[in-house]
Amino acid sequence: MSVSDFLSKVALHKEYNAFIQIDEIDLNKRFENICDGPLKGELVAVKDNICVEGLNLTCASKMLDGFKVPYSATVIQKLEKAGAIIAGKTNLDEFAMGSSNEFSYFGPAFNSVDKSRVAGGSSGGSTVAVGCGLVDYALGSDTGGSVRQPASFNGVVGLKPSYGRVSRYGLVAFASSFDQIGPITKTVEQSAKILGVIAGHDPLDATSMDVPVPDYVANLKRPASEFTIGIPKEYFGEGIQPEVEEAVRKTIINMETAGAKIIEVSLPHTEYGIAVYYIISSAEASSNLARYDGVRYGFRGSDESMDEMFRQTRAKGFGSEVKRRIMLGTYVLSSGYYDSFYGQAQKVRRIIKEDYLNVFKKVDAIITPTTPTTAFKSGEKLTDPMAMYLNDIYTVSANLVGIPAMSLPVGNDKNGLPIGCQIMAPSFKEETIFQLGTLIEGFQK
Amino acid sequence: MQYEVVIGLEIHAQLKTESKVFCGCKTIYGNSPNSQTCPICLGMPGTLPVLNEKVIEFAAKAGLALECKIRLNSRTARKNYFYPDLSKGYQISQYDEPMCEFGKIEIFSGEDRAKVLGITRIHIEEDSGKSVHGFGDKTAVDFNRCGTGLIEIVSEPDMRSPEEARAYLVKLKQILEYLEVSDCNMEEGSLRVDANISLRPFGQKELGTKTEMKNMNSFRAVEKALYSEIERQGKVLDNGGEIQQVTMLWNENLNQARVMRTKEDAHDYRYFPEPDLLPIEITEGYLADIKSQLPELPDAKMRRFSADYKLGKEAISTLVLDKNWSAWFEEVVQAGSDPVEASKWVTVEVLRVIKERLISIDEFPISPLKLSQLIKEIEKDSISKQAGKKVFDHMLDDHSDVSLIIEKLGLKQVSDTRNLEVIIRDIKEKYSTEVSRFQNGESKLLGFFMGQVMKESQGKANPKIIAPLIQKIIGD
Repeated sequence: MSVSDFLSKVALHKEYNAFIQIDEIDLNKRFENICDGPLKGELVAVKDNICVEGLNLTCASKMLDGFKVPYSATVIQKLEKAGAIIAGKTNLDEFAMGSSNEFSYFGPAFNSVDKSRVAGGSSGGSTVAVGCGLVDYALGSDTGGSVRQPASFNGVVGLKPSYGRVSRYGLVAFASSFDQIGPITKTVEQSAKILGVIAGHDPLDATSMDVPVPDYVANLKRPASEFTIGIPKEYFGEGIQPEVEEAVRKTIINMETAGAKIIEVSLPHTEYGIAVYYIISSAEASSNLARYDGVRYGFRGSDESMDEMFRQTRAKGFGSEVKRRIMLGTYVLSSGYYDSFYGQAQKVRRIIKEDYLNVFKKVDAIITPTTPTTAFKSGEKLTDPMAMYLNDIYTVSANLVGIPAMSLPVGNDKNGLPIGCQIMAPSFKEETIFQLGTLIEGFQK
Repeated sequence: MQYEVVIGLEIHAQLKTESKVFCGCKTIYGNSPNSQTCPICLGMPGTLPVLNEKVIEFAAKAGLALECKIRLNSRTARKNYFYPDLSKGYQISQYDEPMCEFGKIEIFSGEDRAKVLGITRIHIEEDSGKSVHGFGDKTAVDFNRCGTGLIEIVSEPDMRSPEEARAYLVKLKQILEYLEVSDCNMEEGSLRVDANISLRPFGQKELGTKTEMKNMNSFRAVEKALYSEIERQGKVLDNGGEIQQVTMLWNENLNQARVMRTKEDAHDYRYFPEPDLLPIEITEGYLADIKSQLPELPDAKMRRFSADYKLGKEAISTLVLDKNWSAWFEEVVQAGSDPVEASKWVTVEVLRVIKERLISIDEFPISPLKLSQLIKEIEKDSISKQAGKKVFDHMLDDHSDVSLIIEKLGLKQVSDTRNLEVIIRDIKEKYSTEVSRFQNGESKLLGFFMGQVMKESQGKANPKIIAPLIQKIIGD
């Protein structure tokens, strides 16, 4: 693809609003300076909460509109070194907070399969860019499902790696103990290829682990008979769209037919996941977002006085969903409330982790739906934050526990909307996910 | 009414690690504003902290020197508050799991009585930047200091007077300087002291309501501020009033404090574990290693100076005050000087000069070896003590050999009795009245004659020789 091919393709899909920024001059330079490597000449769209030197970093917020970041994230440096071309910055929910991409200062991104529906979020723009075929693949970030849920809604492959697998340096923090950068691709093999490039220890991220990175692509094929797969009954309960359940069950049957051992397992504390997730992630966010104060960069709301600067900057610079989370997070950390909210949530987080560790003693992986429903209509859940939050019910656990999880397409509902199936594996066992994903891709053909 | 004074101190000591605690920026004091910054310490979006291991080492050193229990597992925590010089909107500190706890320190104050004070905790944290005023109605921020490693040392409320507080500070500073973990310079802000003060009737167990005093920039200011606050609280209590729990700022120029904030607007810092950093894990082996590297600390040095050198208390405490002073003194002794003589020279003459010239002992122009040579010349009686001081002053600017300087100044002591006898006989003739009074038993006139001999010999006469000579020639 040339620069002009890419730009005309993007122009054709302008109404999807996948991109926040494409800098033609920057792009031309990138096309002229391609490194030799496994991703040579491939176009990657980057969620606009990941730093790329020379490009703006907005996080889809008025707060950072026009802010040019002076450095690149570790993942960007790795991609560039591997030959990839950074295509531009994609749309997201402001500061990655949202499940529909409707909370963006630059307007919503729309579903690549059905424009009247939401892209999903928060990595909506990246997913739509891949879904529409504008780029070879994209990077998203996943804090509670932000890569997997939009991947599911757009019929593409989205991976959230194990916590500590990929450096977070240069990813704008939302909830530090959950955030991971992950690839959004058309195929499982591409996902494996990108993870191979971006994974590994980074001295700039103390939480990135020094665990060897296997050759994921070389090890994609493994017979189903070598796997034991757990099906958690808690993931097929109330509120699930029948077609979603049907498609995932069919995948499980295919897997069994292919020789895998399927067992029902129980993750008894799943129902607390959403509450725990929203307490801890909001607490961390309330602190992570404190740096946007108008002093050093980005938007400044007032020059009146110190207090007015802080107040106006944050009142005018943040959108409503971000403010909601900051207030929630501030509340749960406040003295007198800490123990009953934040402290309690951490305890339950450990219990949920125990659940998973116990199940992984018996199984190699867990298969579930990615979301209870397919992509919903734009605006449908905007005024009901709880309904919006419940969208993450199947995805948050992987973030709470720190395990890898992938969503990949397993069919469509009667409206032709993609259905996603989620594979979860123990920490640093992305290999298992890619192997099972490859098998599932085979069933679709 | 008389009240018992209760004081506890919180000290922030800047660690003199080469780089900051969470990034690679330098920590040099006084460089041009914002020249020692990077995306990490400026709190740019997407950046992450990485802990400088030197900071752990320095904190462990301080903890061991203050006899703390050191946690093998401790955690960092975020302290959240908004201020323009706090780049991330939170300070990375430690909260419920500090590195060091339950320490102690021994002080001498007032009547020379030793007293042991408790150290509640020592934790590591990062410094903030500095707000710089004086741009009209605008304020600028310098982030050079932001992210410099600190240890906060919190004492138990064990001090009972401003003197004790001062003695605690002196001792603590001394220890931190011995460990070479901090410069402890209050004027440059590398040592900061906050004091908590309360009063209670003697005999009462519960503590009274405390106030916190900040912004003292010298130990003297700490003492003054404490006295002022004790007086203020005493008056309030005497009038039947209640102490309000407030934080006060000391104003050195006005010699008074003003209320900075009341309890109502105290911050809720919303501490929670820092998710960007792993827990700090250290091993017993690591601690043993650090312990073996600790330098000799002031208390041990004092005991050794007393046992080995038989020095007086005052000389010891002066020499030990600064590790470099005592090391310099020991070099003089090792070069062959009598320890007591050497201690007198160092504590009186050497320290006088370095204080006058505002230099450190390392910059002192006379080497320990040369001073010891001078001391030896005096011991040998080749010059008088008085002449020795002249030679010393000369040596400050003249780096020639000691003997050369003595000769140059013509101060070599005359011990040749024949010359001296001539001088004494001349004096005997000149002062006949005094001579007869001396011969009639007015023995205190010996001093007068000695003075005359010294004068005639231009100070070169050896007093040990002239005294018997005077007795012999004039006395009969």
